[in-house]
Amino acid sequence: MNIIKKFGLGILITLFLTISANADKIRIGTEGAYPPWNSKDASGKLIGFEVELAWALCRYMERQCEIVEQDWDGMIPALLMRKFDAIMAGMSITAERQKTITFSQGYADEVAQLAVMKGSDLEGMDTPSGINLSLGGSDVKKALKTLTGALAGKTVCVQTATIHQNFLDSGDVGSVNVRTYKTQDEVNLDLTSGRCDAALAAAVAFTDYAEKSGKPVVLVGPTFSGGAFGNGVGVGIRQGGDDAIGQRDAQLLIDFNNAIDQARKNGDISRIATKWFGFDASM
Amino acid sequence: MDLELMINSFPKLLTATFITIKLLSASLFFGLFIGLLFAILRLNKNPIINKFSYGYSYVFRGTPLLVQIFIIYYGLGQIEYLRSTVLWVILKEPYWCAIIAFSLNTGAYTSEILRSAFQTIKPGFIEAGKSLGISNKIIFYKIQIPIAIKQSLPAYGNEIILMLKGTSLASTVTLMDLTGVAKYIISTTFKPIEVFIVAGSIYLFMTFIIHNLIKFLEKKYSFYQ
Repeated sequence: MNIIKKFGLGILITLFLTISANADKIRIGTEGAYPPWNSKDASGKLIGFEVELAWALCRYMERQCEIVEQDWDGMIPALLMRKFDAIMAGMSITAERQKTITFSQGYADEVAQLAVMKGSDLEGMDTPSGINLSLGGSDVKKALKTLTGALAGKTVCVQTATIHQNFLDSGDVGSVNVRTYKTQDEVNLDLTSGRCDAALAAAVAFTDYAEKSGKPVVLVGPTFSGGAFGNGVGVGIRQGGDDAIGQRDAQLLIDFNNAIDQARKNGDISRIATKWFGFDASM
Repeated sequence: MDLELMINSFPKLLTATFITIKLLSASLFFGLFIGLLFAILRLNKNPIINKFSYGYSYVFRGTPLLVQIFIIYYGLGQIEYLRSTVLWVILKEPYWCAIIAFSLNTGAYTSEILRSAFQTIKPGFIEAGKSLGISNKIIFYKIQIPIAIKQSLPAYGNEIILMLKGTSLASTVTLMDLTGVAKYIISTTFKPIEVFIVAGSIYLFMTFIIHNLIKFLEKKYSFYQ
């Protein structure tokens, strides 16, 4: 009996120590399946632009950090349930998401683009090289009209709960047949299998896949930014409140914003972005 | 708790329930034929034939349903040769891939249920038929099958309920079934508890109906007891 009591007490103490040690650690959630933003190496270690940036920001904040893996479709719910304190997962700052959570200033921006397999009839669309949906204008309208015509009756694949899905659901390019997947890997697989006529994601996600898999995936149409595509990628944080925990979340937002300012000033974001993207995607 | 969201999501989830029911009934329909075929093969005296049937049920009962769906959907889709054949017309559609995976899976379990049901038929029933001069074929259809159905009802009822829950995996291959639509609503509202409670209740209600249907059939077929 005594042994059991001692054993139980031991467990309790260990638990308490673990909890208190974690109390001031910032836990950052990432997906680990969206290269080059964030992914995993062969040994299962999290790597990528945001993983490296997260460590850099933590150094500026002088705080201990832990990077937590979380499936994309449960990312915001997990943040709200306090499984971690911040999201760094290639999540674009959009008005839709800002209804539920708040974002730091953007740290990187990268355009979205359609991808098809080589030889698709969607190749060679007559559109400008890039359109900004926030700007509008006749160029954007004309490009969207061209896309609407080209994509009519086509199946376009996207990862679920992304800006890319929101854009296709918005009806800007007519009523395309949208198919949603849990991860970008699965989108890539079905693009090569031919089940998808086209796929929409961050342009680098496709170039990264084409490079690693050797499959003839090519980018078509204009690059997209603005509008449904949001205003860059930032750190997702819970909205602050008046109670102690809410104040801590509000402070975390300030800390992240300051850290991003410093990292930008010292050229850290540019350096890490160039390393992972091959070009400077920082903002 | 966001009651308004629960009420608003209910009609959308109910529409998606029809896909779930369609998947379930198609899989059970094909699965029953596969199961019956392999149960008969299993009872065959030829060792090659019954080992083949045993192998089929061993593989499909021994691997997770999710793995089976992934192999059929993503795995077969990567074979270039297959994409140039007629089979691709069917395998291209996630709906048919899901039905093939579910049918093969439930077929394996059903074959085991039916096999054990056939084996528990008392030899006296068959001998009684033979002594009346009834042909083997008629004995099989009029004596063995009805008794086997009655014997297997409780276990098969369980299998239907397991399969109903199994259909939720269809959402992993892009189908918008009950679970798929629930996840979609969550991805825009970020409120998993409310939506999953409604979806879970719909599953529970379907289980309730299946359970009672099987109970009714068991009563109906409880002859000679």
